[in-house]
Amino acid sequence: MATSTTAAAEPPPAAGDRPPAVELAGITKRFPGVVANRDVHLRAEAGTIHAIVGENGAGKSTLMKILYGMQRPDEGTITVEGEPVTFKRPTDAIRAGIGMVHQHFMLADNLTVLENVVLGAEPKVPVFLSRGAARRRIRELGEAYGLTVDPDALVETLGVGDRQRVEILKVLYRGARILILDEPTAVLVPQEVDDLFRNLRELKQEGLTVLFISHKLDEVLSVADTITVIRAGTTVATVDPSEVTARDLANLMVGHELPTPETRESTVTDTVELSLRGVTVAGAGGKPALDSIDLDIRRGEILGVAGVEGNGQTELINAVMGLVDLVAGTITVGDDDVTTWSTRARREGRVACVPEDRHRDGLLLDAPLWENVALGQQTRAPFVKGRFIDRDGARGRTERIVRDYGVRTPGVDVPAGALSGGNQQKLIMGRELTSDPRVLVAAHPTRGVDVGAQAAIWDELRQARASGLAVLLISADLDELVGLSDTLVVLYGGRLVARVDPATTTLDDLGCYMTGTDPTGGPVGSEEPS
Amino acid sequence: MTRNRLALTLAAPVLAIVVATIASAIALVLTGYAPGDVLSILADQATSVRDLLRTVNRAGPYYVSGVAVAIGFKMNLFNIGVEGQYRLAGVVAAAAGAALPLPGPTRVIGILAVAVLVGAAWSGLAGLLRAYRGVSEVIATIMLNAIALGLTPFLLTRYFEDDSEGFAVRTRPIPSGGRLPFLDFLIPGGAPAGARFNPFILIAIAVGVVYYVLIWRSRFGYDLRASGSNPHAARASGVDAKRMTVIAMAISGGIAGLVGLSTILSTPYSYTEESFLSGLGFTGIAIALLGRNHPVGIALGAFLWAFIDVSRTALSSATPPLPREIATIMQGIIVFSVVIAYEVVARIAERRDAAEVARRTEDPPPTTEPSTAGAAS
Repeated sequence: MATSTTAAAEPPPAAGDRPPAVELAGITKRFPGVVANRDVHLRAEAGTIHAIVGENGAGKSTLMKILYGMQRPDEGTITVEGEPVTFKRPTDAIRAGIGMVHQHFMLADNLTVLENVVLGAEPKVPVFLSRGAARRRIRELGEAYGLTVDPDALVETLGVGDRQRVEILKVLYRGARILILDEPTAVLVPQEVDDLFRNLRELKQEGLTVLFISHKLDEVLSVADTITVIRAGTTVATVDPSEVTARDLANLMVGHELPTPETRESTVTDTVELSLRGVTVAGAGGKPALDSIDLDIRRGEILGVAGVEGNGQTELINAVMGLVDLVAGTITVGDDDVTTWSTRARREGRVACVPEDRHRDGLLLDAPLWENVALGQQTRAPFVKGRFIDRDGARGRTERIVRDYGVRTPGVDVPAGALSGGNQQKLIMGRELTSDPRVLVAAHPTRGVDVGAQAAIWDELRQARASGLAVLLISADLDELVGLSDTLVVLYGGRLVARVDPATTTLDDLGCYMTGTDPTGGPVGSEEPS
Repeated sequence: MTRNRLALTLAAPVLAIVVATIASAIALVLTGYAPGDVLSILADQATSVRDLLRTVNRAGPYYVSGVAVAIGFKMNLFNIGVEGQYRLAGVVAAAAGAALPLPGPTRVIGILAVAVLVGAAWSGLAGLLRAYRGVSEVIATIMLNAIALGLTPFLLTRYFEDDSEGFAVRTRPIPSGGRLPFLDFLIPGGAPAGARFNPFILIAIAVGVVYYVLIWRSRFGYDLRASGSNPHAARASGVDAKRMTVIAMAISGGIAGLVGLSTILSTPYSYTEESFLSGLGFTGIAIALLGRNHPVGIALGAFLWAFIDVSRTALSSATPPLPREIATIMQGIIVFSVVIAYEVVARIAERRDAAEVARRTEDPPPTTEPSTAGAAS
């Protein structure tokens, strides 16, 4: 593939005579059997926000790991502020002024903000931590960059946005001048995203350089000074956000039209398949994690649940699947009151589940694919005959799923851990949809899946819906929720705070509900579903 | 791919043997002995029917102990309590075997059943504590070992001792219906003088078959392996984790209960503190590791371990005598080598699998048939 590093963007005037903050030239990184990065060229000017966009699996993360010293490139050079460097480990990168804010926060919940910030950067000689000096430093940094967090607050009491600010402070405290942010908006609601972007602009004004990894094109367009697009491991273009549209970027990213998750005509019937009444689940600290949830999902209906992660989604999934004890309430599937049923009984009663975290809850990574496909249906044909596993039956079903759902694998005997995330997800979707379900709980069905597979999964969900499946869809992707759902509810603090029509709602309104405010201004009312 | 996998599977034991041989030789040279002398003793032993028979007789209990530990390992449970389980099961089974009014050969069944039940009950305690009180099964089984090792002689001397004979502290001998016949007729040319073929090997083989079918072929075994491989996913798939913990511990202990029966169903047909083998439970842990929890692997491990055990006599009676501790050193080195070799090979295999998948799926037409599809038909 030709590398067209079109330097369409002139360095912003603020850059002045400073050398580029980071320059990557000809970076190639091979893993056994795959080339993760191929001849990557990237030039981030000092004092700018430089976005790196690409699909999942395009090689963004590997590239940033190389820059942060977590991986070593096979070929190519890295130049930081004009100096050629070689990083053997992240410590080297930190010393060169590079800091990384990981997608998944790496904070100790039971320590204070201050303790988290100094963790790993404690003074070497004195035995005791100088909290005073550290607190002063954190305050200074906070004021300089608009990152206001109370240094003495316990991290476990902080919201997601504050936690992210702590992560950024941590990196600044170590003297970073170049910040790498890996998908920083993935866990934020729209309003928090705005706050983050304000912080990033302040960092930029203070002369810091931000490398911003994302696949959310609107965000990238609004915050970045320069955008580099990565496709299939290589840089395909560097563009100025003022000269491109989201659609241009999308085309650069994927090379074809972006699919949209739009559901066509309604297939909702009158028969209620899954019904929750007053479902309450205990949470930490006396506050229920789920509070009197009432829900009805009809045959042929997709009910979407929006909400910031950690507002009761996990408990909702666990409640439906029988993985958590209810404090109160009943759950009915069809005509069966399944409240006291075991997980196995519910699975056998044709309640299927695509779990939130496929590695944790959905797969046996070191077991072959066919054993993975049996998971959750190991009491049913074709996976068992009597009390024994039917290997041929399981292999046959697995081969069918591999074929029908486009799972890319050399065979059904390779361990599930050898597949890419997207293929693992396709395998799970296939497994659950071929289990002849009445109810499907689908949590983040397209998380970490490439665009092509995403469209296929959306299609499958729509088809299943058309054939009468009741789907409880939980997702962090608002486009997916709005596009697929027949009904959309918002979960906040363990309560259903809103029920909206996905056809008429706006992302802003959803964002308001998700953060516990009413878009019309008033306090949020618990809108009881009819 | 399958040929590569086979090569990788064989690579691990070969690598382990090479490393163990070299390391043992170095240990011998450093202590001033000639590796060649030890090697020739082992070679002699490998061609002696008598020594091989002793090896197999010893390997039987080792095998059963190894399987007992391996069942726990398959579910990420560490049953260190095999030692206490088989001792307690042994004394109770011996006493019950002599006392129960069972006709003819059903007495054998009775003894087996008692041994399994006692072992299962004893380890089941640890399972219950783990499942319902969160007590680590490692701690619980260690404690239960201590109790069992005190309880066993207490039961023996207080309740089960045979008073008809003056000297040895032992249970009453098992009547003839509860005795398994020797298997000497299986040895070509008959048993050498002073050696008998202990029938316990039949029980070991049966345990191996049951273990394989239960763990690899049954629905229960699938649930158990899933729980061991990923407890979260197993639970989400409908496995009752607590129940599995209790049952897996109980099965492990039940098998462990059989370990000591080689001296009860065969000579001396009773439980005595002298003749009863000790330390088998801990050896079982090493053997389960050696055999990678696989029924055939454990068999090889048990045989190897027993073979080196038997060499102790030959080592100390050689001229000039070699220290018998060399055998123990070799056993230790072998466990280390095997564990390391398997880990190394597993990592290579994992990388190869990932690379293979990546290579095969880089640019396939989307509807390609899986290349190993034929395996299923």
